[in-house]
Amino acid sequence: MSTPYAKLPAWADYGLIPVINLFVAFVVAGFVVLLVGENPFRAAVILVEGAFGKGTGIAFTLFYATTFIFTGLSVAVAAHCGLFNIGTEGQAYIAGLGIAVVCLAFDSVLPWWLTFPLAIVASAVVGALWALIPAYLQAKRGSHIVITTIMFNFIAASIMVFLLVGPLKPAGSQAPQTRNFLAGAELPKLNWIIELFGAKIRSAPLNITFLLALIMAFLVWLLIWRTKLGYEMRTYGHSPKAARYAGISETRIIITAMMISGALAGMMALNPVMGDQHNVAIDFVSGAGFVGIAVALMGRLHPVGIVLAAILFGMLYQGGAELAFEMPAISRDMIVIIQGLVILFAGALEHMFRPYVQALFASFSPRSVGMEAVKGKGA
Amino acid sequence: MAQAAIELIGINKSFGAVRANRDINLEIARGTIHGIVGENGAGKSTLMSILYGFYQADSGEIRVGGQPASIKTPNDAIALGIGMVHQHFMLVDNFSVLENIILGAESDALLKRSIAKARSELERLEREYGLEVDPDAIVEELPVGLQQRVEILKALYRGAEILILDEPTGVLTPAEADHLFRILKQLKEQGKTVVLITHKLREIMAITDTVSVMRQGTMVATRETRKTTVEELAELMVGRRVLLRVEKGEAAAGGVKLAVKNLTVKDTRGVTMVDDISFDIRAGEIVGIAGVAGNGQSELLEAISGIRRAVSGSVMLDGKPIDLTGAADPGELRDRGLAHVPEDRHHVGLVLAFEENENSILGYHDDPRYLKGPFLNIDAIRDDAKDKIAKYDIRPADCRLKTANFSGGNQQKIVLAREMEQDPGVLIVGQPTRGVDVGAIEFIHKRLIAMRDQGKAVLVVSVELDEIRSLSDRILVMFAGRIVGERGPETTEGELGLLMAGVEHQGAAL
Repeated sequence: MSTPYAKLPAWADYGLIPVINLFVAFVVAGFVVLLVGENPFRAAVILVEGAFGKGTGIAFTLFYATTFIFTGLSVAVAAHCGLFNIGTEGQAYIAGLGIAVVCLAFDSVLPWWLTFPLAIVASAVVGALWALIPAYLQAKRGSHIVITTIMFNFIAASIMVFLLVGPLKPAGSQAPQTRNFLAGAELPKLNWIIELFGAKIRSAPLNITFLLALIMAFLVWLLIWRTKLGYEMRTYGHSPKAARYAGISETRIIITAMMISGALAGMMALNPVMGDQHNVAIDFVSGAGFVGIAVALMGRLHPVGIVLAAILFGMLYQGGAELAFEMPAISRDMIVIIQGLVILFAGALEHMFRPYVQALFASFSPRSVGMEAVKGKGA
Repeated sequence: MAQAAIELIGINKSFGAVRANRDINLEIARGTIHGIVGENGAGKSTLMSILYGFYQADSGEIRVGGQPASIKTPNDAIALGIGMVHQHFMLVDNFSVLENIILGAESDALLKRSIAKARSELERLEREYGLEVDPDAIVEELPVGLQQRVEILKALYRGAEILILDEPTGVLTPAEADHLFRILKQLKEQGKTVVLITHKLREIMAITDTVSVMRQGTMVATRETRKTTVEELAELMVGRRVLLRVEKGEAAAGGVKLAVKNLTVKDTRGVTMVDDISFDIRAGEIVGIAGVAGNGQSELLEAISGIRRAVSGSVMLDGKPIDLTGAADPGELRDRGLAHVPEDRHHVGLVLAFEENENSILGYHDDPRYLKGPFLNIDAIRDDAKDKIAKYDIRPADCRLKTANFSGGNQQKIVLAREMEQDPGVLIVGQPTRGVDVGAIEFIHKRLIAMRDQGKAVLVVSVELDEIRSLSDRILVMFAGRIVGERGPETTEGELGLLMAGVEHQGAAL
């Protein structure tokens, strides 16, 4: 009787529980809004309308979501292998360097559809290499990946500051950023898709990397559940002893998983750099790597869940900005509190309501929790 | 019959859809030793957990000493005079015996006074029940048998009149088990009531007065021990007739398949666990390694199967050496026909979070049969898993069920099916039937003997002496990392027990 509760049906596991968690997070956030003297219901309406009410809002929401899909997938791939990659932030940041090199070199020569693939490769390779060092240290020296990846975030940030205020800055410029890219490194917008549905868009940064993010989500699913490599990663993630028993090399699997994770983190940089700002500026990642941890947890490490969770966080970013604008009492920091609550309930306290939901399911529909198979049918 | 110490009336307990206990009625007479037997998952532990306050019954009544009792927490149970000795000891390893005994029952805010008070009480208990333990010894330095005594003393110190022991002999040598039984008899003579949960029928026959049999959550029978037999109990447990002793013909041993020479293995702390061991296994024989858990058997298995590096020595598989330098790859050994059923199926042999079919390729996932380029060939894997499920009667027959949801016996069959179906030349098996129910034990033993009869070399490590004796053609006894004796299968349990305890039998030839 060590496991009195068995699994839930998939739809409850991946749908119902996150919705409950989210609901609770918003209820608590509502109290916070109440505390500063605003109407929480009106705040909720502004938030949702800001994110989804107008075409421009939707485009911004999806633009942010694109970023979070990449970082969420990055965290998830490492997590399937039992590794907690907190270095997504730094891997994405330093990957900006790879993109900068490609774009600055080719933006006057090549059209965007040739620059883009080169930049994808550059961002992935740089991100992967930045993850390689902590991975190697973990695999060979036992240095804990959480510590090393955090340190590498700082190192990445320092390197980028050095480069952006020095070598990469155009002479005479006061801004710590590269020169603006030419048309050959500007990605096409996707706003026309939303306009197809009749919405009007003024100016929004949603661009073709959104599609790349969706393709990567599919490829990650394929990798984790359909390839030998994914099988080995999951084996190691669940039980390093079983992996050793199965003849899976610890060094190889840790390094491979971290490099894939780093590559996905690196690709995140494409979205703001080539899709929006058209330059590499200081702090362009601005915390998206850390949001990726929450997105991955909330999405239950499954690409479909990650895409949905990324859209949710995109909504919080976009709707939150609108909210801060509409309700002066709610400052930018309040938005961060609300996001924090979502992370708290959907990430850290992910399993808080699970036992109750399971008990509820078990009492209504025993077979749905797969319990008839557990006991009482001795071999 | 004496007055009932405990009465359980109509106890029901469900976990979701699993009815772990259905309508259980049980009366335990005061001053007796009452055995409860049943397969894994029959509901014994659940029932005792209800009695000790870990779980609440869904319905039913508990009476202690004739009075209806409400037991919501273990503290309620202790207050009613019920004590429990768990299968896995609940001791703080780096505390002294005395400190462990007062833990949670301190009588004073200052530790010193609690300890002084406990010391005199402990001395009285030790005298009265013959439970000698040095009160100032550090628990982790005590042998397992003495640690168990500390657990018993803990319960008695809290005023237990009714003592529940959950599988108490699993970790003991035969001699230690005998000593435990003497203590239990003494407790009985002093008027205490003992409830003994076990799956070892011989123990039941040896010391209980009454025995109750559970099967699939129900209480199927209660018998006076002297009026029943092992065969009857086994049949009641399983619900059909069971072969307790495997039938097997003479071994037709052929050439040496696996030769271990001067093997020495250290554990992660640098302690020598396997000390200069040599032996051979021939084709067509089963060699059993007997010994109390923790005498180097696990490290021996891990070294041979390439999981743990050896310090020195050699292992030859089919006349070719195995790389023991730490670079040994379990995958490569598999290719060379060495299959390994590990002792710890939960963490090593299986990934419990995987679907059954995913586990049925673990370690063989490089096999082109299961692959399409870099991709898994899901259809082939599932078809293969279905074949094994049918062949090994794995239940439930659902290759997409999470492995954690299979019973212990069926999990073990998943591992066995995977390793045996690769048709290995050498099969090494650790604890083939640990945590496995009686019906599956019979099946597993038959399979192992069938492997032998096909001319495979089989190495079995088990802490169950019965199992070693009934399976093996030759028995090696391990003690403190060394092989202290080799015997035939007809050797008495007493003699093997002495060897296992490190007592060199006179004239024993190495």
